[in-house]
Amino acid sequence: MTSVTADPQKIDLREPAGWRRTKNRITTGLMVLSFVLVIIPLGFVLVTVIAKGASSISWSFLTGGPIPPTVAPAGTGGLGPAVLGTIEITGLATVMSVPLGVLGAIYLNEYGGKNPLAAFIGFMSDVMTGVPSIVMGLFIFSIWVLHFGFSGLAGAFALGCLMLPIVIRSTYEMLRLVPNALREGSYALGATKARVTLTVVLPAAVGGIVSGVLLAIARAAGETAPLLFTILTVTSFNSNPFSGPDTSLPSQIFSNATQPYIGASQRGWGAALTLIAICFILMIAARLVTARFAKYSS
Amino acid sequence: MSTVTRVDPASPAGSTGALEHRRPLGDRTFAGLALGCGLLVLVILVLIAVTTSQQASSWFSAEGFKIFTNNWNASTQFGVLAFIYGTAITAVIALILAVPVSVGIALLLTEVVPRRWARPIVYVVDLLAVVPSVVWGLWGILVLAPWLQKIYTDIASGVTSIPVLDSLFGQPVSGASFFTAGLILAFMITPIVTSLSREVIATVPAIDKEGAYALGATRWEMIRGAVWPHSQGGVVGAILLGLGRAMGETIAVALVIGSSPEITSHLFATGYNMPAGIANLFGEASGEFRAALLGMGVLLFAFTIIINVLARGAVERNARRKRGA
Repeated sequence: MTSVTADPQKIDLREPAGWRRTKNRITTGLMVLSFVLVIIPLGFVLVTVIAKGASSISWSFLTGGPIPPTVAPAGTGGLGPAVLGTIEITGLATVMSVPLGVLGAIYLNEYGGKNPLAAFIGFMSDVMTGVPSIVMGLFIFSIWVLHFGFSGLAGAFALGCLMLPIVIRSTYEMLRLVPNALREGSYALGATKARVTLTVVLPAAVGGIVSGVLLAIARAAGETAPLLFTILTVTSFNSNPFSGPDTSLPSQIFSNATQPYIGASQRGWGAALTLIAICFILMIAARLVTARFAKYSS
Repeated sequence: MSTVTRVDPASPAGSTGALEHRRPLGDRTFAGLALGCGLLVLVILVLIAVTTSQQASSWFSAEGFKIFTNNWNASTQFGVLAFIYGTAITAVIALILAVPVSVGIALLLTEVVPRRWARPIVYVVDLLAVVPSVVWGLWGILVLAPWLQKIYTDIASGVTSIPVLDSLFGQPVSGASFFTAGLILAFMITPIVTSLSREVIATVPAIDKEGAYALGATRWEMIRGAVWPHSQGGVVGAILLGLGRAMGETIAVALVIGSSPEITSHLFATGYNMPAGIANLFGEASGEFRAALLGMGVLLFAFTIIINVLARGAVERNARRKRGA
């Protein structure tokens, strides 16, 4: 019992010595450093936005309006029109893109299977996530705004185009996780394919789908570029998203960012904090939904 | 009715056993609807190409190949080479800064830290992607740029007599520059490059890694010998996707690049990239000027589609090879 074990002093199995060990440590250190390099700008941005934006946040800032001219001092007026616009436009974009995206993903996973058309659509949908958001803005400008004028609806179209492939991708991933036994079980009971999909497959995947949708909304809510040429940027309330120029939080930040006036940049920071808060809340909600419904996710 | 003798999973209505059984109308409608939504992706992509090209056609036909020259004059000449140059240079700076960091984090997540630590790290990296572009821009121009300007000035005066460096790092005009834009872009593309690299690296078979360890390799030697050969192609795909993002990013760049269409080797000089040019100039444009900006959008669309197709192709090839192996 004692004689077979080698003397641990003589054979060190733990780590090779010398340059190889040093190199291993250096590279591990570099990996840790790369994470630190990411924390620094992130922390810097968050701290700055909170520090500079917190003072301007108030109920009247979030709901009051119209948005004052850029020369107005800090603390006057509110960003109500922008908050309203963001909610309207992102909401409309969600209403448009989610059903279409979920149905598209259903086609890819439930109907398409391995056929080449479905594979091609899936591939192009992934490619579409890489289309710059400003191109979506130009597209809606060319196809809609030139004929029907600026409106919140046009902005929603642009954001919808942006969200569609994201919704398709995340829904598709979730549908793939639904075990086939569920489908087979309901087929065995005589259900049609549509019924199986709508009443068995979708409910099984709903947590993941909702979480994907929330992330897509967070992405769209922060977008400025697609809105520049579709909603214009006005300063007054426009409660009708279907006609007339509109505004949004990101557009307001953009137009205030380059102004030399303290009031303007103050409002910019306030709007930035509001926008970041909205995006973070959506992301946290997505995580919570995922955790709550994580039935089949890995 | 007759008894069910055969269940076809695709049409299990159960009323007849015959093969010529037609699926109910509702079922067929739903299938058609789903197909339609799938096709919508292709329709939108084709429409983007067609409608924007149509609006830009007057620019393409008036200038011909002169669109690729550096004659930019907001009323008469619309050669957009300076914008293309700015797009390329900022994207390259972003990649040089972001790729080592992203791959480093991906390796950290997959090979170094225990699983329960990996999740919070992923959350933190993903937060970078949640910060909206315009907030990066606001922070970039109001906080980062003034601070960088001092550093730029120091670097520039430090390298004045060194041959190559002095033409790369000249005296800054302001804190807004190609380099500032590239830096902000690097922050913005890190999450996507990280998450894709991580997916790719996670597919390396455990047996290869264990084999390397069994031969006495250190962790780094295992990464070099087992992880890298397997994930090379996929990581290249991830980098290309990052490139696509960096090229198309608009608002953050529009705020921090300095807005002047110039071709210069000075990385600290102000410049322009295509999306920022479109965003900043579109409002006051009309006629051929507007056509030129829309045309720039068409070029941008074409570039990013090509890069994304290549990137997705590389990632998918990598994934397929893994499954086959």
